[in-house]
Amino acid sequence: MSMDRREFIKVAGLSALLGVGGKGAFELLRPGELDAFEGQAPENVPAATPKIRWAITIDVRKTDNSVVQKCRGVCDYLHNVPHFDNPKDEVKWIWGDTYEHAFADGANEYMDSSLADLPFLLLCNHCDHPPCVRVCPTKATFRRPDGIVAMDYHRCIGCRFCMAACPFGSRSFNWRDPRDGLKDRKLNPEFPTRMRGVVEKCNLCVERIDKGLIPACVETCPDVLAFGNLADPNSNVRQILRTRTSLRRKIELGTEPSVFYLV
Amino acid sequence: MYDANKIIPGLVIFVGLMTFPIWAGMGKAEPVPKPKIDTPVIKEMAEKHCVESKNYMADYHMQMLITWRDKALRDGKRIYVSSSGQKYNVSLQNTCMKCHSNKKEFCDKCHNYVGVKPYCWDCHIEPIEPKGNVL
Amino acid sequence: MLEKALVGSQRYWGWIIFLLAIISVGFACWIYQLNYGLGITGMSRDISWGVYIAQFTYFVGVAAGAVMLVIPKYLHHYQKYAKVVIFGEFLAIAAVVMCLLFIIVDIGQPQRMLNVLFYPTPNSILFWDMIVLNGYLAINVIVGWNSLLAERKHVPPPAWIKPFIYLSIPWAVSIHTVTAFLYAGLPGRHMWLTAIMAPRFLASAFAAGPSILILLLLLVKKLTKYEPGEEAIQSIAKTICYAEITNMFFLGLEFFTAFYSNIPGEMHGLTYLFFGLDGYHELVPWMWTSVFFGLFGILLLLVPPLRRMHKFLALACASVFLSTWVDKGVGLVIGGFIPNPLDVVRQYHPTFPEISIATAIWAIGALILTILYKIVISVREQDA
Repeated sequence: MSMDRREFIKVAGLSALLGVGGKGAFELLRPGELDAFEGQAPENVPAATPKIRWAITIDVRKTDNSVVQKCRGVCDYLHNVPHFDNPKDEVKWIWGDTYEHAFADGANEYMDSSLADLPFLLLCNHCDHPPCVRVCPTKATFRRPDGIVAMDYHRCIGCRFCMAACPFGSRSFNWRDPRDGLKDRKLNPEFPTRMRGVVEKCNLCVERIDKGLIPACVETCPDVLAFGNLADPNSNVRQILRTRTSLRRKIELGTEPSVFYLV
Repeated sequence: MYDANKIIPGLVIFVGLMTFPIWAGMGKAEPVPKPKIDTPVIKEMAEKHCVESKNYMADYHMQMLITWRDKALRDGKRIYVSSSGQKYNVSLQNTCMKCHSNKKEFCDKCHNYVGVKPYCWDCHIEPIEPKGNVL
Repeated sequence: MLEKALVGSQRYWGWIIFLLAIISVGFACWIYQLNYGLGITGMSRDISWGVYIAQFTYFVGVAAGAVMLVIPKYLHHYQKYAKVVIFGEFLAIAAVVMCLLFIIVDIGQPQRMLNVLFYPTPNSILFWDMIVLNGYLAINVIVGWNSLLAERKHVPPPAWIKPFIYLSIPWAVSIHTVTAFLYAGLPGRHMWLTAIMAPRFLASAFAAGPSILILLLLLVKKLTKYEPGEEAIQSIAKTICYAEITNMFFLGLEFFTAFYSNIPGEMHGLTYLFFGLDGYHELVPWMWTSVFFGLFGILLLLVPPLRRMHKFLALACASVFLSTWVDKGVGLVIGGFIPNPLDVVRQYHPTFPEISIATAIWAIGALILTILYKIVISVREQDA
């Protein structure tokens, strides 16, 4: 590298201060020469041909309340999701609800109660065409090349446009200091909490995926959930989807969810 | 001068307000802090070194943290290769603070001295120090 | 010219102090909100926008309404508006400032507001709303202030403000179109997902803005020696009448599409607002009040002898103001969130601090308006 790394980071930092966006500064300085970081997914892959598109399948017939509790428990612990008694302040990443609510437009009154009473695990759908990303005025929420709809809590201004845009009710706002909802609870020291005034949601365990692990809910209930690459025709999820009938929520809206419910 | 009775008091108030930081801080000089690195993890290190050199970290840790933040969170690049070729997991809580587990001594003293309040700890969880710091 | 706002009667200062008192209560509540978070409001996970954004939307309309004076005056040289057009422009300034303040109090991290500029995102409608609102504010400040400066010196306004005046016309349309797009482009919010959202917004804006203006002009006429001109007032009244008829017509169109198509999602929002849904009907009386006053206002404005009597004219304008305010400032935003994406009705009740903050922003608007109108009237009384 022709430029000293320290010099480089120094200039990058200064240009970021001067308003040249962080990434822009990197590219201005040394296009393609940013190898102080080891990258997993190569950049500049055209969006049309993703090599990775993470997806989750959920076997509804095997979902019961204990599965919901286990998934929610591990997720809430790992991500320090606050709990408030007051439904007004509620923050949810993954939770359970009935078919009637999960598929609001598809319920019918003659359905067999064996399905109607089952809980459905609800979480962010990590859509292909996420409306929340489209409306965000700061790119605080964005879609990674591997299909994960991520949040940058440092950048979120708390306008809640994404909450209005999400057709699945997957987003929560920190109406108050989330740490008030984490008192007397064991915190996960490896993951941050959030601060008041920002929006949060399921991140598909991006911090685990980047380390080569699978999402915690899938790891906890491997009989019910599966995680894999939708872009790979031989992946586990593709094989499951070939053999099982699946539903996705509100497909008529064209957001293309990555969460499949096996019925 | 017209309206001197209004202009002069006005000027005095203006100058007073503009110099507020100077006289508000007068006589409150604190000793120059010396960040301590006597944490258990660092004590066990054969060769005591940070991700980059001490001087570099002292001068540029803030830029580095911002770069780390954006690279990890936005680009999914969570491995940093230092100038000595060593690889580090890009994480404030899981890399920096694992060694520097004495946040009060290591971070806060300097930050208080220079009068900056980084909001890192609004979200990131401080390492648990001997005296215990639950939320 | 600002010095003219510093001399006034006891009544003038009393009014200013009254407004400042309201502002300080709201300011205290805002400090509380900054410290605790937006949890002090009635908003929730399900109704994530409330009074603040609803008031914002309404006042974008009031601001855009000024164009109903600018078009006749500058495109058709309708000279009866020569003296009143500045009141419209200054009303727009006060309204846009209110809009910006409503956004600031609504966001969770106001200190990071400039991220919208640091990371410009053209695919976000909020980014464009920021541009058009600030632009509209600048245009009206430039045009209004320079026209008044020229008037004081008894010279014609400088030629260079002409392009700004012409620009202000499409710009006024743009602010309310872009604001409608905030809502009308969201999948899954059926009540908002309507192509006539922008025209509906404009129609209600062209009724609401001029209604407030007439009320203000009648007040100015009563409190000062200044005479805005009867013909101008009557012309504005006709504009309101047309606009409010269009507005009610558009509302009818929404009803037709929703209920004739019989699609549940299309009907739910309107059903909640006008008839109640799943046993929740808190807003039903509000919405029918809005319809009643809208029609009542139209009726008064349609009958010329009634319209000419200022008592009835004021009543008509107040009716239209109330009707459009309930429609946009209460029903539109809350109704759009009901039922929530899981088809559950969650209600929203604004809290005292939330209402105090909103009232304080109304008071700031009134304060700006008072000061600007005071300057105009002082300049003109000095000539009289």
